[in-house]
Amino acid sequence: METHPPGIPPASAPPLLQVDGVTLAFGGVKALTGVGFGVQAGSITAVIGPNGAGKTSLFNTISGFYRPGSGAIRFKGQDITRVPAPQRARLGLGRSFQNIALFRGMTVLDNIKLGRHAHLKTNVLDALLYIGRARREEAALRADIEERIIDFLEIDHIRHAPVSALPYGLQKRVEMARALAMQPEILMLDEPVAGMNREETEDMARFILDVRAEWGVTVLMVEHDMGMVMDLSDHVVVLNFGQVIAQGTPREVQANPEVIRAYLGSGDVGDLRARLHAGAATPLQGAA
Amino acid sequence: MMDWAYLFEISLTGISGGGLYALAALAFVMVYKATRVVNIAIGEMLMVGAYLFFTFAATFALPLWLAIPAAVLGSGLLGAVIERTMIRPLLGEPPISVFMVTVGLASVLVGLVEMIWTADQRRLPEFMPTKPIMIGEAFLAPKVFWGAVIAVAFIAAVLLVFRFWRGGVALRATASDQAAAYSVGINVPRVFSLAWVVSAMIAAVSGIIVGSIGGISSSMGVFGLSVLVVVIVGGLDSVLGALIGGLLIGLIEALAGAYLGGEYKLLATFIVLVAVLLVRPYGLFGTHEIERL
Amino acid sequence: MRIGTLKESYVADAALFDSRTQKVWLAMAAALLLLFPFMASDYWLYLACLVSINVASATGLNILTGYTGLVSLGQAAFMGLGAYTVAVLETRAGTPFVLNLLAGGFVAMLGGIVVGIPSLRVKGLYLAIATIAASFIAHFIFANWKFTGGTGGLSVPPAKLFGLPLDTSFRLYWVIVPITVLMLLGAANLFRTRVGRAFIAIRDRDISAEVLGIPLLRYKLLSFGLSSFYAGVAGGLWAYFFRVVTPESFPLLMSIFFLAAIIVGGMGSILGGILGAVFMTMVPELLKLAVDLLPGGTELTVFLSPVRTVIFGLLIIGFLVFEPQGLAEVWRRIRRFFHLWPFRN
Repeated sequence: METHPPGIPPASAPPLLQVDGVTLAFGGVKALTGVGFGVQAGSITAVIGPNGAGKTSLFNTISGFYRPGSGAIRFKGQDITRVPAPQRARLGLGRSFQNIALFRGMTVLDNIKLGRHAHLKTNVLDALLYIGRARREEAALRADIEERIIDFLEIDHIRHAPVSALPYGLQKRVEMARALAMQPEILMLDEPVAGMNREETEDMARFILDVRAEWGVTVLMVEHDMGMVMDLSDHVVVLNFGQVIAQGTPREVQANPEVIRAYLGSGDVGDLRARLHAGAATPLQGAA
Repeated sequence: MMDWAYLFEISLTGISGGGLYALAALAFVMVYKATRVVNIAIGEMLMVGAYLFFTFAATFALPLWLAIPAAVLGSGLLGAVIERTMIRPLLGEPPISVFMVTVGLASVLVGLVEMIWTADQRRLPEFMPTKPIMIGEAFLAPKVFWGAVIAVAFIAAVLLVFRFWRGGVALRATASDQAAAYSVGINVPRVFSLAWVVSAMIAAVSGIIVGSIGGISSSMGVFGLSVLVVVIVGGLDSVLGALIGGLLIGLIEALAGAYLGGEYKLLATFIVLVAVLLVRPYGLFGTHEIERL
Repeated sequence: MRIGTLKESYVADAALFDSRTQKVWLAMAAALLLLFPFMASDYWLYLACLVSINVASATGLNILTGYTGLVSLGQAAFMGLGAYTVAVLETRAGTPFVLNLLAGGFVAMLGGIVVGIPSLRVKGLYLAIATIAASFIAHFIFANWKFTGGTGGLSVPPAKLFGLPLDTSFRLYWVIVPITVLMLLGAANLFRTRVGRAFIAIRDRDISAEVLGIPLLRYKLLSFGLSSFYAGVAGGLWAYFFRVVTPESFPLLMSIFFLAAIIVGGMGSILGGILGAVFMTMVPELLKLAVDLLPGGTELTVFLSPVRTVIFGLLIIGFLVFEPQGLAEVWRRIRRFFHLWPFRN
């Protein structure tokens, strides 16, 4: 079975998101080195790797929170490496966070509405007066969110609840809702099922597939749950110590000895294959 | 033609005054190092120490060797009470909340002092040598000189203690992560109390000296604003920064006062504050906090 | 017991006052506000005007500190900017008072934006301390600039409405209260839109807010500008009310007063701003009443000022320790009790 050489994206139609040779360092610590891969429009791509491999740093770089030392990030053909973070949302990059980043002082509905911020037009004067444009925009926003997002994610019963009162699983779902409100073309999910039980994980997996099917949204996710990764993804990118060590289809990546070594160190390759294939819990910390 | 002798004299006075700032700043840093609390009532705690000394030395006419420790211990007690009643309950709340509690505390202390002793200015009993100090041709007021000496001695002592006592590490551990500190066996509440008690006692010493020089009044707390600038310049959690910052601010204030006019003192201090906040918010020696996404 | 409030459209759900009971209360409050000046004595009219001015300013501070999370101890300085602008315009230009108030708001707004510029680099407590510095610098300018009358300050001729001088509390009431109500409405509207939501997002998690598309500096400056505009207008009203503006009119203690007002009332809620301002304004008055009633009253008046200072401080501490969400939360608990009665929870 062929595994793609690391750092080089598979050849096909121009990818929606292209990460090219990105290097990121904090002081002396190299978080990412020469990371490159492409995300095809309409695909579900997963980024996996042991803890500390640089997955969240990668997401933060794509979001615009970190500026890479070298390399480029291209979205819809446009170089966005220097584009400030707040503007990337308007371009169509949506995102959820690893540790839930909901705004605790607001209700579920307000949190979701915030996702749409970059696309709204109300300015201060409109807001203070709340006649005409502000009122119309708010009403349209509310209608859109109710019909497309709240129903879709089945959170209508908690729409007015303060987010701080919700259990973890529902908070994650609200976070997803807010990311959807961003009207993203690519949805970046940072560990969407972390801490969830079997049932919640399956619900979330179903949502992700539906998001792709009904909304036409491309999904890029960081995930540790191997079962989910293998079942859902079209393409998998494996990071270790800030470098891409493999990428390809789930099958290809599963069989890649580099990947196995990264997760298990030098151990029984066959045993890990079986564990990965069976969708076992989070792999062990690698010690290559 | 520049009057160098005058400049030297002013600078000397400024640096000595700065020593006092440094001592009060030390009290501030003590609390911040251990509990991450910005205590804006530090000037008022200083004032209470001075007033306690006044009560023991003047009203009760106790001899010096009793009055000073009594005032210092009394302040320490106050520090413990403050920590227990209004700081500890706010553990885990955002730092802004605790800061606002100290704002309220400052108000309460000023009001209490005014109620008990009225807003009038008073003089403290003399206890420092009165022989004028001459360095070359420059005159230095004896109280200012001796005050600075005591202040610097204290700071040196604290610096040494922190260097060689493992409690210094405990202090910093408690400030940065209470849960972790607990789990390695540090008695976190005791560290908190200790920090506030020691801070209050140092503030009391500072207050006694400052009061001896300029008299005491219910508006003494405004000293705390200059101390705030000192700790921002020096770094909120740095003892060395308190010293250097104190001397620096003392110098700047004295120069501004001499060359521009008395009303420019506080203005100069605040302009320095704004400049430092913009250029180097963590101060000369403070530790830089990094936010994780 | 209120069982449910049925909304039949999203617009209805977003309304400020949704249930019929709320509308009734609102109508009663409006009636009370309209009738009050005809029934009240001069003293109570004076208080009403003062409370109204404080409500306006507290609401402004609430926008900045309560909703956006930027602690400011500069509210009094911004009010001072508004007050001095009004004073200068009245004495030198004789422009109509509405224009003066707006100008006062704008000058204060500019001041607020300038103070807010460092707010990206300077965070949290450091910003609070910077606002203290700004207060002092403003005070220095007021006291030393001949244009603002130096330490003597400026006296302000009465505002004129169609030629009628507004020189009594009764007349000023009809200007101050409606302006305050408008400002309150504006603030409440703000938080129904994306601008208000952005402010709250910045308070709760500014990094995530940025990744969601909110440009931090722009919105922080907006918050500073808006809240100091409110302060400036309140300061202008203050100038027309007290008719004298000096550098000592707006001390740091006043900024602390407003901070206390929103803590006590409840940060991050419009009702909180109202309750807090009313409470903090009335407490010294109630104290005065209490002192008058006690035997030996005249000797106790010398204690009035320090006792007031102590109570200020105790209120701040007390509410932060025991009721951090303020009177607004107490109010909400009472309401819940009545909604659910006769059930318990």
